Amino acid sequence: MGLRRLLLTWVALLVLLSMTIAASFLPIGNWRQLANMAIAAAKAGLIVWIFMKMRQETALVRLAGVIAAVLLLVLGSLLASDYLFRIDSPLIRIDGSNARGPLTPDAASSGERSP
Amino acid sequence: MTTLRHEPFLDIARQREADRLGMVVFLASEAMLFGALVMGLLALRTFQPAPFAAASERLNLLAGSVNTAVLLTSSLLVAIGAEARALNRNRLATWMLGIAALLGIAFLIIKGREYYQEYGEGLMPGAGPYQDFGSPGARMFMDGYFVATGLHAFHVLVGVAMLAGCAWRLRRSDPPSKVGIENVGLYWHLVDVVWVFLFPILYLSR
Amino acid sequence: MSRAGLHDASREEAAPLRTPAEAQSYLNDGNSLRSWLLTTDHKRIAILYLTSITGFFAIAATAAAMMRLNLLTPQGALLTAEGYNRAFTMHGVIMVWFFLIPSIPNVFGNFLIPLMIGARDMAFPRLNLASWYIFMAGGLFTLAALIFGGVDTGWTFYTPLSSTYANGNVVLALTAVFIAGWSSILTGINFIVTIHKLRAPGMTWGRLPLFVWTHYATALILVLATPVLTVTLLLVAAERLFGLGIFNPALGGDPLLFQHLFWFYSHPAVYIMVLPAMGVVSELVPAAAHKKLFGYWFVAYSSLAIALVGFLVWGHHMFVSGQSMYASTVFSFLSLVVAVPSAIKVYNWTATLYKGSIALNAAFLFAMGFIGLFVMGGLTGLMLALLAIDVHVHDTYFVVAHFHYIMVGGAVTAYLGAMHFWWPKMFGRMYNEVWGRISAVLVFIGFNVTFFPQFLLGYMGMPRRYHEYPPEFQTLHVLSTGGAGLLGLGYALPLIYLLYSLRHGEPASANPWKATGLEWTVPSPPPTHNFEDTPIVVREPYDYPLSHDSSIA
Repeated sequence: MGLRRLLLTWVALLVLLSMTIAASFLPIGNWRQLANMAIAAAKAGLIVWIFMKMRQETALVRLAGVIAAVLLLVLGSLLASDYLFRIDSPLIRIDGSNARGPLTPDAASSGERSP
Repeated sequence: MTTLRHEPFLDIARQREADRLGMVVFLASEAMLFGALVMGLLALRTFQPAPFAAASERLNLLAGSVNTAVLLTSSLLVAIGAEARALNRNRLATWMLGIAALLGIAFLIIKGREYYQEYGEGLMPGAGPYQDFGSPGARMFMDGYFVATGLHAFHVLVGVAMLAGCAWRLRRSDPPSKVGIENVGLYWHLVDVVWVFLFPILYLSR
Repeated sequence: MSRAGLHDASREEAAPLRTPAEAQSYLNDGNSLRSWLLTTDHKRIAILYLTSITGFFAIAATAAAMMRLNLLTPQGALLTAEGYNRAFTMHGVIMVWFFLIPSIPNVFGNFLIPLMIGARDMAFPRLNLASWYIFMAGGLFTLAALIFGGVDTGWTFYTPLSSTYANGNVVLALTAVFIAGWSSILTGINFIVTIHKLRAPGMTWGRLPLFVWTHYATALILVLATPVLTVTLLLVAAERLFGLGIFNPALGGDPLLFQHLFWFYSHPAVYIMVLPAMGVVSELVPAAAHKKLFGYWFVAYSSLAIALVGFLVWGHHMFVSGQSMYASTVFSFLSLVVAVPSAIKVYNWTATLYKGSIALNAAFLFAMGFIGLFVMGGLTGLMLALLAIDVHVHDTYFVVAHFHYIMVGGAVTAYLGAMHFWWPKMFGRMYNEVWGRISAVLVFIGFNVTFFPQFLLGYMGMPRRYHEYPPEFQTLHVLSTGGAGLLGLGYALPLIYLLYSLRHGEPASANPWKATGLEWTVPSPPPTHNFEDTPIVVREPYDYPLSHDSSIA
């Protein structure tokens, strides 16, 4: 019945919420951000698919919904192609000059990179 | 979005489809609005990761978590309300949308109290008795926090107004159509989805 | 159709002040100011846009005239540096957001899309009117910014100049564009829903005029790209008002973040400006050649491809700003890719003309001008997409010439072509064909004299946005300013003879050009509700008697 599905979805959302809060206290380092994003995507997916009833909509409406997500992924990835690969990025090495990378002892404490 | 057909449509089913498509396209543009902001926040995080995380720890995690639960619950009620309208159970729909609107107001109150707390702790850029960021990176984090949550709160306010308006009109003899109620619901759910992404980025970057 | 040859006034009957068709048309359906300002008729809204954007064009053209006059001498004697900065900012802001972006979509798109698909109006008529009012509100803020002294940041509002250091009415200008953006978004929503949901029976996607295809692609960009601009301008205003630091390098921010977000919108924005122009040309060329469009599906899908790939190339505006070399390489490659669908369209238009029976009327001359000038602009765009070249010519007149070839040589020329093609439909009057051809030629010549020297100037190193320059550049600058005068004349002429035709023009028949398309099946001007009975479409698009063996229907 419609109500049952809605209530189950709500419970699942609250469970995911607890998971994401708990994850921020687990010692998993940088994977935390990825985990949080994945959980957020799952929650968003549930809301879109069940609450917004995308499962019952036409392909056209679903496409309209998807297209923004795809475009945002494009924005994100191309932004990343800039920000992750700047001259002082630890991901690239030019003439061995980045051999030490920006995380030298003095730089590491403030975590700042040179502008 | 009444139950009546109007120009230029020649049949009501088409008009309903057009209303639905129009709302979804509009929501796609809202998604781009907030999405670009989120991308900006993520980029900010790459500038100075440690201060960003440190600033995130200074936010009120309890308030943020409660607010998330509040919005998720209000989404549930809106979804139930839309179902109720579809079954012509307008009184139930009125209650559902009305309580959802109240939950939206609760969200805004909790948010307001957070802002007040941050103001007092010197975390509001350009305002407050003193400024206590600790580092430029933390200050930029708070910049992003206020713009993102401020814009979101504005959208919550608009959503509350629409929900309350629908709840009111459902009690009268000319209630909004099922598609109309669902469209308002779609807007509310998008506001919820945006928060679902804002919450971990802002509160859980610790 | 044309009145070439000697004009014998004694043998002419006076044109009626109001033809019978006009009396029953949308033009006469209520004559009060209120009926125009509160209309929901898409045709009247198109006229509202037409009059307002003409006004904005005049203001921005005046700014351009001041710039060109200032550049007659190396010392830049007419304007100070500050004044020159304000001139080019106003020129850019008004031309981009208050002329080019609304020009073809909001005038011709609004007027023609319901007619072309067989509908009685747009899907959301009141939203359509709201779009115009929002547009005017944005325009008012722009005028306010202008009156209060202007802004000197350039239409690109680069940070940290705009967010931290600029004096002037930056927030006012940002608000103006912010508001205008909402008009764009609502227009886009209206177009998309109208084209999906209001096509007449039998009007399948494969029978739509390419004008509708390109406006659909344009609407996608309007809806998806404009919100990014909205939020970016909001951030700059917030940075300016509340001292945020996200774009300020002194506070650890990144000015490049602004550029990324700004150009993520503004590059697709140039496709908002050029895709409708391509749609116009796709109508003008088959009509002039009396021949079926060559490669219909190629042209249709390349419109969508341009819209899609156009979202992937924004970083080519930032090759020398400090973004990573890796990103620059990716953007350079993608920028080369985006040229392909545009080129495909040019090939198809050319193939359409082959073995056609071509009528050299004014509209067609403008379309020809578009193709030639757009190709020049596109090829120089390819040059700019190459990192090795861009490093040398970035921020020089080479770039200025490139985008003016596309925006003015392309989009404005197509706008004039559309004006000359659909004027009889919109107003029920024929204009003087000879003057039409004269202005098409004048615009083409004037444009080239203005902007070709700028390629040379840029290549030789003349920077853009400079109010003074070394004396060796003067000859080319003088040439360019002279051309600008010719171009201005070319633009002023249609204003005169088109307005003249409203009272004195020969009444137009329903289909003066013998073109295909549903808009030509209704009277000129059309009645308010467009069609008496909903048309049922059975014919293929561009169903001219002539075709080539390889024409794909």
